Parts: sequence; C-alpha cells; structure tokens
Amino acid sequence: MKYVLLFVDTEQFSADLEAMTPDDRARAFARVDEWMAEHRHLIRGGSKLQDAHTATTVRLDAPEPIVTDGPFVEGKEVVSGYLEVDVADLDEALRMVRTWPGCPVVEIRPLES
Amino acid sequence: MTTDPAHDQLARVVREHAGRLAAALVRLIGDFSAAEDLVQDAVVAALRSWPVDGIPDRPDAWLFTVARRRGLDVLRRETRYREKLAQVQWPVPPEPDERLRLIFTCCHPALLRSAQVALTLRVVCGLTTAQIGRAFLVPETTVAQRITRAKRKIADAGIPYRIPAGEDLHGRVGEVLTVVYLMLNEGYLSTADAVHSQRLVEDAEWLAALLHELLPDEPEVAGLLALIRLHRARSGGRFDADGGLVLLADQDRSRWDHAAIADAVALLTRAARRHQPGPYQLQAAIVACHAEAARWEDTDWEQIVLLYDMLLHLAPSPVTRLHRAVALRYTAGPAAALRELDDLADRLDGYHLFHATRAGLLRDLGRPDEARSADQRALRLTRNPAEQAILHERLQWT
Repeated sequence: MKYVLLFVDTEQFSADLEAMTPDDRARAFARVDEWMAEHRHLIRGGSKLQDAHTATTVRLDAPEPIVTDGPFVEGKEVVSGYLEVDVADLDEALRMVRTWPGCPVVEIRPLES
Repeated sequence: MTTDPAHDQLARVVREHAGRLAAALVRLIGDFSAAEDLVQDAVVAALRSWPVDGIPDRPDAWLFTVARRRGLDVLRRETRYREKLAQVQWPVPPEPDERLRLIFTCCHPALLRSAQVALTLRVVCGLTTAQIGRAFLVPETTVAQRITRAKRKIADAGIPYRIPAGEDLHGRVGEVLTVVYLMLNEGYLSTADAVHSQRLVEDAEWLAALLHELLPDEPEVAGLLALIRLHRARSGGRFDADGGLVLLADQDRSRWDHAAIADAVALLTRAARRHQPGPYQLQAAIVACHAEAARWEDTDWEQIVLLYDMLLHLAPSPVTRLHRAVALRYTAGPAAALRELDDLADRLDGYHLFHATRAGLLRDLGRPDEARSADQRALRLTRNPAEQAILHERLQWT
C-alpha cells in the first residue's frame, strides 16, 4: 500500500537546528541520510521542500482566484518535505516513521489507489 | 443495584460468542467492516428473540446462521464477499488467536481512544451500539458515528488485521490495556447508572481474562486482571443499603469476597515473579494492601507509600501524587501530607478529589473553616451523585 509521509517542522525544531554547532548539525544530517539509506527499498519518491517563506497559496473558493504569499495555513508548524513510500500496511509505515531522526512531526496519509 | 438475571445471562452468552464469530467471519470473507456489521445484526436479532424463545442450545450456530443469512441478503451487490460467504458452512473451524487479532485491530493506536473503546466493546464483547451509549452516557448516534468512522479508517488507511510482531507487540499490548483500564475506570467511578456501569466492569474483567489467557507471558496483563478482580471483590462493601457510597475506612470488610481477594493476590504474585513491574501490577499491589488488611487500622501504609513511589517512578502523574499524599498522612502525618498536596495545587485545582482530600487534612490539623471551603470547592467540581452525597453530609456535620 502506498502512503505519503508529510514531514512537519516546528519553530522550535528550526531554532534548535540553528543553534547547533556545525559538527552537531552535520551529525544530525548524517542520521537522516542513514535513515534514508536504511529505507531506500520502500521509498518511491519525494523531496525536501524549500522554506515556507517561498510558498505561494491560491484560493479558488472566492469569485476570483486570490493569490497570497505564504503557506495555506499560517502557523508554527509547516510542511517541510514529503516521501512516497510503498509498504505492506500502516504498521510498517508507523515502524518506519518511529525511527525518523529529523523534524518532530510526521503525518502518514494513504494514497488513493 | 439489581440487574435482571435473565438479561445478564443473555449478555454473557452473546459476549462469549460474538467476538469469535466476528473473528471467524473477518478471516472467511476478508473484510473487517462487513463482518462486523453482520455480527452486530445477529447480536441485535438475538437480543430481540432470545428473551421470547429462550437461549438456543447452540447459540454460536444460531448467531452464525443469522449473520450468514443477513450477509447473503445485504451483500447482494458486494459479489466478492457474497461468494465467499455462500461457501462458508457451520461449524467454522476455529483458529487459536483469532480474537486477539480482532482486539489488536480494534485498539490500533491510529484510532481515537473513544473509538478504540467503542469498537472493542462492540466487536469483541458483542455489545450493541445502544448498550455502549448507555454505559458511557453518550447518545447512541455518537457511538455509531465513532464506530463507522473507525471502520472506514481501518479499511482506508491500511490498518492491518494481525497480531503485532516482535518489538511492536509490547507497546501495542499497552494500548489494549489502556482501553480495558478505561472501561474499568468508567464502570467503577462513572456517573452513569449503576447497572450499566457494573456491566462495564464485568466486560473489562472478561476482556482482561481473555487477554491473560491469550498472552499468559505479559505480566502487566495479569496485573490489570488482578486489579479489576480486587476492585470487584470489594464491591459488596462500597455501597450501603440505600445505595450511598461508603468510604474505604468505613466499609464493612466482612462483605468483601475474601476468596476472590486471595485468588487475585495469587495471580499478582505469579506475575511479579517475572520481575517486570509495571503500572498495573503496582496499582493492583496497592489495592491488595487495602484488600488484605483485616481492619482499616491494620493497613500497611508504609508499604503503600513505597508502592506509590515505584508507581510514580514508572508513570509520573499528579493524580498518583495525590493518592500518595493520602497514604503519607498515615506515615508522616497530616502536615507533611498537606505540604505535598499544596505542591500540586496549580495542576489539580480543577479536580474535586484534590479539594476533598485537602479538606480532610485541614480538619485533622484543626483548621475547620478552611476545610469547609475546600469541601465546598470539591462539591462544585463533581457531578457524581454518590460523591456529592458524601460531601454534603460532611459539610452538614463538621
């Protein structure tokens, strides 16, 4: 079954990452790379996204499309990346996500088949 | 607190068979939601016709026949399931762990807690949606919605129908135990009417016993079962002739079921030999200290404080600290207990037992005016009629 993992950053997480020494940050990134390598066989695609300040949102529920600067919900939590994975079931997706060493929130969403 | 014995008998027979039938049908037709609907229909039919016609000799075969007939009827368009169902004959060969698979699916962590509870009661214990609503004081439609939404999520989100393997198992057992513990709490302390809450405690015990049978190596399962049995063994003393709640200190201990207490303690002792203490074993051990004391004065408070310390180490919680403070009153005195309690003020200010306990300690310390206002706070914060009655009485006499 296919799922998308939506990775969510918090302000706290970004601040913590910022505050790290270059060595610690390199180690944190290395842990993410390791995780990616470990789950390579389950990953079908995906990417890290650029910062939320690069987002543009278009609302089509008004008489005219409204284009605004920023993500669709203004908040302390922003989607920062996604992966499409192909796993047996939700338990396997959960097992994968439990060891994720990066951002503090991950949403698991099944794809429509 | 009387229940209709014929109705209890009926509920017990249904409970014994509904989960097995649900598990067998999920296996045979391969669809959790469809199988569950058929069993629920059969249960509702049984509750309608058994009181009139009597309980059949083979209630399992009866339920199966109704579920199958109903399935062939309603699954007319779902040819996949229908063909499978048409081939199924009674008796269905049982598989040993089928109900366990059912329980783990119902208590999957990706489902809301309230949905886990409702689904487990309906699918595993064979309660109707109406019965679940009465036990939790929520409208039947709310229960039905929770169950529908949960079943849709099970199907759409790919929640597996299986016993979690290896390292996942332990955590998932914890999830199931939380559901059973909630049933106990709701049944034991609930604001719902006595008959339905008593049934809920019975269902919790039954479920814990089933889990213990299926997972004999999990000490926390045994711990929770012992905890439930210790509570039930003392239920005879909890209410007076008029149905009023009696505080532990004032209970007539000859009305407790001492044989059942001894059995539960033996169960707990066996579990403790595995040296994997957990919150349920510790809670059961605390209740056992009370249950084994011949009189209130004989209570081993030192041991109880020690057990609370262990419990707080494993599962820190302000409510547990409150309970520990109650025990501390008898080992270190009311002033020490009050100091401990006042430390919790910011976190437990909205909890009636915090103020009721405080009132007791203030009274012991000769501060009756403060005690009265604490009792009044407690009274404003509880909706449980039995607790309200006790607080009213205390305010009247002290």
